[in-house]
Amino acid sequence: MEILGIPILNAVTYLPLIGLVVILLVPRGRDTLIKWIANITGFLGFLVSIPLILNWDSPAVTAQMKHGMRYVIDVPWIHSIGARYMFGIDGISLLLVLLTTLLGFVAILSSWSAITVRVKEYYVYMLLLQTGMLGVFMATDFFLFYVFWEVMLVPMYFLIGVWGGERKLYAAIKFFLYTLLGSVVMLLAILALYFKYIAVYGWENRTFSYFRFLEMGLDPSFQFWAFLAFFLAFAIKVPMFPFHTWLPDAHVEAPTAGSVILAGVLLKMGTYGFVRFSMPLFPQATREFTPWLMVLCIIGVIYGALVAMMQKDMKKLVAYSSVSHLGFTMLGVFAATQIGIQGGVIQMINHGISTGALFMIVGIVYERRHTRLIAEYGGLSHHMPIYATIFLIMTLSSIGLPGLNGFIGEFMILQGTFQVPELRVWAILAASGIVLGAAYMLWLFQRVMFGKCEKEENRRMKDLNLREVCTFVPLIILAVWIGIFPSFWLRYLDAPAKAVVERMQLTGRTISAQVVTPAVPPAPTAPAAAAGPAVPAE
Amino acid sequence: MNGPIPYLWLIPLLPLAGFAINGLYGLITQRVRERKPNRYLVATLACGLVLAAFVLGLAACYELAQLPAEERSVEQLVFHWIQGGDVATTGYGAGAVAPGTVPFQVEWAILLDPLSAVMLLVVTGVGLLIHVFAIGYMWADTGFYRFFSYMNLFMFAMLVLVLGNNYLMMFLGWEGVGFCSYALIGFYFHKQSAGDAGKKAFVVNRVGDYGFIVGVLLLFATFGTFNYGRLAGLVKDLPAEAHFGILSAITLLFFIGACGKSAQIPLYVWLPDAMEGPTPVSALIHAATMVTAGVYMVTRSNFLFTRAPVSLELVGFVGVTTALAAALMALFQRDIKRVLAYSTVSQLGYMFAALGAAAFAAGIMHLMTHAFFKALLFLGAGSIIHALHHEQDLQHMGNLRRHMPLTFATMLMAYLAICGIFPFSGFFSKDEILWRSFASGHYVFYGIGLAAAGLTAFYMTRLMVLTFFSTERITPEAKHHLHESPAVMTVPLVVLAVLSVVGGWIGLPAWLGANTFEHWLEPVFRYAIRPEAPHFSHGFEFAMAMGSVAVAAIGIGLAYLVYQRRGVVPDQEMTWGRLWQALYHKFYIDELYDALIIRPCKGLGNLLAAFDLSVIDGFVNGTAAATRGSATVSGWFDKYVVDGLVNLQAWIVQNVSGVLRRLQTGVAPNYALAIVLGIVILSCLYIFR
Repeated sequence: MEILGIPILNAVTYLPLIGLVVILLVPRGRDTLIKWIANITGFLGFLVSIPLILNWDSPAVTAQMKHGMRYVIDVPWIHSIGARYMFGIDGISLLLVLLTTLLGFVAILSSWSAITVRVKEYYVYMLLLQTGMLGVFMATDFFLFYVFWEVMLVPMYFLIGVWGGERKLYAAIKFFLYTLLGSVVMLLAILALYFKYIAVYGWENRTFSYFRFLEMGLDPSFQFWAFLAFFLAFAIKVPMFPFHTWLPDAHVEAPTAGSVILAGVLLKMGTYGFVRFSMPLFPQATREFTPWLMVLCIIGVIYGALVAMMQKDMKKLVAYSSVSHLGFTMLGVFAATQIGIQGGVIQMINHGISTGALFMIVGIVYERRHTRLIAEYGGLSHHMPIYATIFLIMTLSSIGLPGLNGFIGEFMILQGTFQVPELRVWAILAASGIVLGAAYMLWLFQRVMFGKCEKEENRRMKDLNLREVCTFVPLIILAVWIGIFPSFWLRYLDAPAKAVVERMQLTGRTISAQVVTPAVPPAPTAPAAAAGPAVPAE
Repeated sequence: MNGPIPYLWLIPLLPLAGFAINGLYGLITQRVRERKPNRYLVATLACGLVLAAFVLGLAACYELAQLPAEERSVEQLVFHWIQGGDVATTGYGAGAVAPGTVPFQVEWAILLDPLSAVMLLVVTGVGLLIHVFAIGYMWADTGFYRFFSYMNLFMFAMLVLVLGNNYLMMFLGWEGVGFCSYALIGFYFHKQSAGDAGKKAFVVNRVGDYGFIVGVLLLFATFGTFNYGRLAGLVKDLPAEAHFGILSAITLLFFIGACGKSAQIPLYVWLPDAMEGPTPVSALIHAATMVTAGVYMVTRSNFLFTRAPVSLELVGFVGVTTALAAALMALFQRDIKRVLAYSTVSQLGYMFAALGAAAFAAGIMHLMTHAFFKALLFLGAGSIIHALHHEQDLQHMGNLRRHMPLTFATMLMAYLAICGIFPFSGFFSKDEILWRSFASGHYVFYGIGLAAAGLTAFYMTRLMVLTFFSTERITPEAKHHLHESPAVMTVPLVVLAVLSVVGGWIGLPAWLGANTFEHWLEPVFRYAIRPEAPHFSHGFEFAMAMGSVAVAAIGIGLAYLVYQRRGVVPDQEMTWGRLWQALYHKFYIDELYDALIIRPCKGLGNLLAAFDLSVIDGFVNGTAAATRGSATVSGWFDKYVVDGLVNLQAWIVQNVSGVLRRLQTGVAPNYALAIVLGIVILSCLYIFR
């Protein structure tokens, strides 16, 4: 599958870079032109990703499937260390890639009037961030994965640090160091896997390929430490309790679009990392850690909700609600049942939609009033009915009203967890989140939208303009779509969820039994036809 | 679409279309084109679509009735809602229901059977009348279109609730009506109390839903299906649980949900506050339809509840307790709508009492007659409130029968019905419940129910006397507005009045004729386990019925003496001391919940937020500070120790060289002297060695 002769995954990933280069060529000060280029790039980025889903089942694509991945690109990259340029997506990555391209576009569109200083740099960083995030969801070579993982960190640091609020430097550094700490430990684990592989299969077969690593039989103590290392990186990113305190600061200080991307996509890298890497690579360790992970998830759900309830700052409230929602997501994933994982992944998407929208909702009044304190508002429904409608829909989506997207995810997570008899109690505890969620979100809505509109500044606020409405329309459509026809989306998660579950059921012994003996090294993967001349890996 | 009644799927969809069209039209007209939405258009569409749903419903029920009794269960698959991966189920009993692996599939399918047919007609029929009434009631309101779009959305959700063929669809409707209730209670959102009441309703309902959803999880994890029919098929040969088992757990959890939605103890607290909503909302949602969802749910799950005797007893116990407690709370309320609200809670208690005695048909019959007369009472109250320009305090009413004869006449019918006077509808349904409680051996329940019936007669008479008789205490401002309501409001009152009178005649007691209603519902309960009722003579049953009428008469007489003869008005009641205080303040339950649940929750939230800031972030910032500190130390070390060493070397070299430099004077005689001295010294060493 190619677009203009470029493999489609490359096209999707690097299209933002083209826009970036064009923006760099525009002289400083031509702000409108820069905005237009960025918006068009964002929109094109979204359009280019649509064929991914349209052609998903076309014979040309399914015929070239490898390891359950589609649109595979596999070319040699750094021969000396065995790193290859490997891209490929399965259903889980597909949904996350689509979410990223959509939210990227929406976030860029929502920045139009919010960003007034250093416009050029702002959009450059936004587009760079976009490429970094997409790469993370597509890379299947650990070296490549790590490169993208770090690439997306830098633009986010600048987005918070330059265009952020009052405590932007503190927040930016906290965000950066926190994430970096996790990723460095993860890098160590990746290197451990790398050398382990070399120790088994020899230096000439050196590789960073995720699929090769999967074939290794890993002994329990290695799994234990490697799982912990990956856990630190991903748990910080999710974030899971008690690694979550960078999140409220980063969210509160980040510009609106930064918060949207942060909540909508960046946090999903943690959850994605667990599903994609931690669980299949270290099934035994995951199972051993499951009770502890469940405890952390439940603490996240309840703790996040209770803390959210008492926040005075709207953005901080939404940020803590993220902690709660992601606790839910991780619960489903760690339950390691098919619908638990499906529910978890669909909840990642739901969270991206509803929380992304909620951050934009906060951003809209912030742009008009320059305050995020709940007490400063009240009675906005009188003068902003369209805003009120959208806010209400997204509130309902966030608290999991059936008919909208949140319910599907929550229910599947709960059912997926509940079906495992040992995990029932966690499902029951987590379900209390539906009460708390309603309490803090509806209270927020009431305090901001209901009551008398007493402040003169609030009375003068304008309702949404057409551009602002446009940023919400796709999110609302998706919220309803996932709520009413979830099967359309769940279909893509069937096979990958099943694969993870089956992988989790393997023990150390059966993994080694699957492995081809060291005497016969695994055949070097033939590069995809689309990816240039066939060069052997070694 | 498929099936013998192909248009079933349209019935819920029609009001949904009304919601979407009116909502968008109103929003766009009002904000973008800055004009007022055309009220005629909005009202016609909203009511027209509900009318269409009602007519289709009638046709469907007619077709259903044409089928032979055992085939009266028509399912229609509309689409597959959720299709996920496999779920392992545990099975039930010792292999009675085998464990296995089933795909997680939820259908969007409609089920029309005698039970959902009754609900369908009540919801669309009463709903239609209230929609029409609301045209008049809400005409002057700026949120006219918003009101009707939410009302239509409510109709959609309620229809999904009663027409779905599985528990997840029921849950969708369940939460949907809950949301509409939230939105409509908070309709006058500029009032702080309205917003509070809406939020309270939703959150308290969510507490119930928590139970419901865990029950559904357990149900699916055990049986592997949400579908009523398939479930009934799985359990139909099972005996009742002797001890507390999985079925008891499931039904108990379901009942928690029912308590939330149908305002039973301990979750009833939201309903009286819900009266903040416009009166047609109170009539439709908080009296006739939504609050009866719990009754519907238990009845629908009859095959589960009758196999869990523990739960069923609890249902009955909670029912009668609520019936009595709420009747007590209703006694001295001053707000006309609050009296009716507590009355609703109490009447719902009756319905649950019926279910507790496994008299499901009696419960549903009371649900239906209650929908007629309570909707009428609320609409009548609305008509009064409308006429008195939003006066709701009974203190400022009185003698209204002269000014509003039609409202009076219609409300009188509803009043007689709720008091249980023969031959009004309420008599048949309420008496059937009391009789069934007695006949099934629940004598305590019967006694409490009878007492509550007396209280009901008392507070309803008080309400009628204080509004329509007694002395005229209307404020001059309200008096200026006083008028009988327009026809668009009174016609629905008349229709409901007729129904309040004749509604009970389809379910006559045995001493009077045949209970057609029970016979109609019978196929729904074919998988229930019901104890054989002991046989009593018709004469005895008749005597019991007359007994309950007599109790009602005592209540009426007492209230008449106090409020009409002695002319007591609400202001005078305040001097009645502790008893009045406790009843007027509803036994201080709200205050208790606030102190025991809400405040601790908020306190915990604050505590955890502080923990987050001080402990966790304290640790993070502490790490940062420690890093900075150690950096400072190593900086100092670098500067003074490491660099110090380097500099020391340089210093030594410099100083030593400074000394040595003096040797290199560059003056030839010095060198010559040094050479000579050297030769002398070396020579001496050589010679004196």
